Amino acid sequence: MSHYLFYILSTLSIISALLVVFSRVPVYSVLWLVVCFFTIAGHYIMLNAQFLAIVHIIVYAGAIMVLFLFVVMLLNLNKENEQHKINWVKFAAVISGGILFLTLIAAMKSSDLGTYSLPIKSEIGFVQNVGMKLFTDYVLPFELSSVLFLSAMIGAVVLAKKEKS
Amino acid sequence: MLVAILFKTILIGIIFLVSLGIAAYSTYAERKVAAFMQDRVGPDRAGPFGLLQPIADGVKMFTKEEIIPNASDRILFILGPCVFMLTALMMSAVVPWGKSFEFGGVEFSLQVADINIGILYIMAIASIGVYGIMIGGWASNNKYSLLGAIRASSQMISYELAMGMSIVAIILMTGSLSLREIVDGQMHGHWNVFYQPLGFLIFLICAFAEANRAPFDLAECETELIGGYHTEFSSMKLGLYLFAEYVSMFISSAVISCLYFGGYHFPGIDSLDLPQNIAAIVSVAVLFAKTFFFIFFFMWIRWTIPRFRYDQLMKLGWQILIPLSIINIMATGAWMTFVK
Repeated sequence: MSHYLFYILSTLSIISALLVVFSRVPVYSVLWLVVCFFTIAGHYIMLNAQFLAIVHIIVYAGAIMVLFLFVVMLLNLNKENEQHKINWVKFAAVISGGILFLTLIAAMKSSDLGTYSLPIKSEIGFVQNVGMKLFTDYVLPFELSSVLFLSAMIGAVVLAKKEKS
Repeated sequence: MLVAILFKTILIGIIFLVSLGIAAYSTYAERKVAAFMQDRVGPDRAGPFGLLQPIADGVKMFTKEEIIPNASDRILFILGPCVFMLTALMMSAVVPWGKSFEFGGVEFSLQVADINIGILYIMAIASIGVYGIMIGGWASNNKYSLLGAIRASSQMISYELAMGMSIVAIILMTGSLSLREIVDGQMHGHWNVFYQPLGFLIFLICAFAEANRAPFDLAECETELIGGYHTEFSSMKLGLYLFAEYVSMFISSAVISCLYFGGYHFPGIDSLDLPQNIAAIVSVAVLFAKTFFFIFFFMWIRWTIPRFRYDQLMKLGWQILIPLSIINIMATGAWMTFVK
């Protein structure tokens, strides 16, 4: 049962991820990315990490992708007025994409992908356990990252503030 | 196992039909309440007291001409209202509708999914609710629709923050994210509203904003935007948008009752020692009575308070509600640490 679910979910994530890249209309890309995030949340649930799954949906699908959609819709990017990319931009994109691809291949080679085994029913993804881990073992990185967020927020407010003439 | 699956399927079906039925009669109730507030009679032609009005409205919606604008994006234009309705209905999955029934030693819980992150699930569904509006508004390829969609979604995003933070105070008090445990923590009249009056006020205001109801209905403000995000929609697609609003109003009323008004508990009834199945029926009735009160409250506010201006709306959300909810969290935390 959970085997089939895994394969269905994985197929959906791969197809939606590919459609993100191959869609001609930017709005469609964004929406396919949202679908992709939902399938990844499904994978989290299969790993018994419901908290991660729901936070993934709230943060990525609910907040970040809405922002993306905002920008894409307001810029009104359509395939009709799509500008042709300059050559060196294409070149740089190919190189950076290739580097990422190489890294992924290297990571895959070192891991054992021979068989698919059922995820172990651990309870680490439950809210209590995640919370305990975050506020005991990882309290310093956690607080540091929140300071980082705060500084980013202040930066955004400063940028958005109108200058008084 | 099979019985449990069958029961859940039937339960989902019943909740689906009840949500739609209540949403349909909310439209009737809204007209009657508006009429009462404005000293009119309201709909009284279709059937006794106009009770068949929702059916007449439905037939009207279905038989209207269906227009999909030429310049629109066809797929997304159809997808928009569907997504909006879907997200409105999905929220009901974690609401505990009552105590469990028991037949032949097997317990049947009146909650589709008692997940231990129920309240976060509600936040998640509320946050993806904007997609229906944004997709529909953009696909119409109309400036007013796009403006309405952007207004609606920026409003929903802004108010989600304060809403989430007012819920944090409840989680601090209950120590659980499961809606059933939050409801059961409010037995014997210890309703959260008495301990969290400020949090309740913030949550209520945010629930109005999330549902795009007056005084926060700037998304469809006709004097500025014609019809907002559903300007181009006609026939049953418009019907779905309007209808989903009532569905989400019903479900958010149920959520408000669960979070702050003891859900299916009522002081006195718990100590009566009723047999389990009768207690279950009574508990469902109690929850629905509370829910209906909040649906009425939604309408009451709509016909009493005028619409906000857009800058007032943003100011209220970011500069008043969010700081207040942070103060509320800190006060609750201090109380839980030092007093309790």
